[in-house]
Amino acid sequence: MSNGDSTVPLLAARDLTKAHGRTEALRGASVELRAGEILAVTGPSGSGKSTLLHCLAGIVSPDAGSVTYDGQRLDELPEKRLSELRRTDFGVVFQFGQLIPELTALDNVALPLMLAGAPRKDAQAAAGEWLERFGVRGQEALRPGELSGGQAQRAALARALVTGPKVVFADEPTGALDSLATEQVMTSLVHTAREAGAAVLLITHDAQVAAYADREVRLSDGAVLPAGVTA
Amino acid sequence: MIAMSTRHILLGLLASGPSHGYDLKRRHDERFPQARPLAYGQVYTTLQRLVRDGLAEVEGTDSDGGPERTTYRSTDDGARELAKWAGEIAPPAPFVTNEIFAKVVVSILSGGDADAYLAAQRAAHMQRMRELTAVKTAPGADLATVLSTDYALNHLDADLRWMTTTAARLTTLTAEVDAA
Repeated sequence: MSNGDSTVPLLAARDLTKAHGRTEALRGASVELRAGEILAVTGPSGSGKSTLLHCLAGIVSPDAGSVTYDGQRLDELPEKRLSELRRTDFGVVFQFGQLIPELTALDNVALPLMLAGAPRKDAQAAAGEWLERFGVRGQEALRPGELSGGQAQRAALARALVTGPKVVFADEPTGALDSLATEQVMTSLVHTAREAGAAVLLITHDAQVAAYADREVRLSDGAVLPAGVTA
Repeated sequence: MIAMSTRHILLGLLASGPSHGYDLKRRHDERFPQARPLAYGQVYTTLQRLVRDGLAEVEGTDSDGGPERTTYRSTDDGARELAKWAGEIAPPAPFVTNEIFAKVVVSILSGGDADAYLAAQRAAHMQRMRELTAVKTAPGADLATVLSTDYALNHLDADLRWMTTTAARLTTLTAEVDAA
């Protein structure tokens, strides 16, 4: 696994199409993400943003087109290898962080490491460090329902980054937060991803959130708008 | 007429104690970091007008080894004027006059390409928002920087939302015209 040349995309989608029933969510969408880059994907509701993320993250398969990660086509990988890739190289955060409600913040963050075979004690030590990097210190023993929305999202980001992924997929990570909590979450995400050298694919409908990214691509009706075209 | 007023800002800076023109200019640029820097000439002209109107007075002069500098202080009338101005409501958008809005209207009236203009303007706004976000989130950014960038980002965001809505309206309008 290597992607030292920043001009070669780490992750690339080519001409993706995907329908949900009769609704065409993606109609020939192409996008590239370079190593370490923070890319915002914006567009109105129903433009295909989340479906694009799901295809790029290998969560769903496109009906046509290809997704290539670090030189490998995801659709050509055996399911076992794809699952492993999602666990080791990808981190995912959704609008509602989807932490496991029965586990403490610390155990939620430790879980991906434990699933990868790390001893509980080591996993918890690493999880504690990541929670601290995301400013959720002192809340390790709380369950998700006892955290504020911003703290829960930062814990979810810590969980997404704890395995050292090369790509973090964030689908409206601040969609349920007020402006100050949004700022804390985005500042944490950007600073931490840059430190870790992880690329971020950020789905958002909020221009102020998109402004944290290095670059923006805009979707409309399931396709990426060429530069210079409004929705 | 209540406006962003250099005289009131200088009175505000003098409220913390007597000061001379150079120091007032420097403190203005610190407190309003994303604003257009104040020109020295404007500072001195404004200070003279404040003295003329009884809102400030000369405290004294010193040279401190360099050129002679006049130190000013606020008067009681100046403090009252400042408090009055600071508490007065700024009229919320009394006139809708904005260059972007004007260009779109003129473009529609003259058969120009409003959509292409909006796309280019949108890209310029996003670029400026990225720059301001980087300034705001840089380690060690002070409160004045955070407040001023927040203000600018929220206004640029409002422009962007208006531009997005307008672009959608133009599309609908064009479709209606084409169907007619």
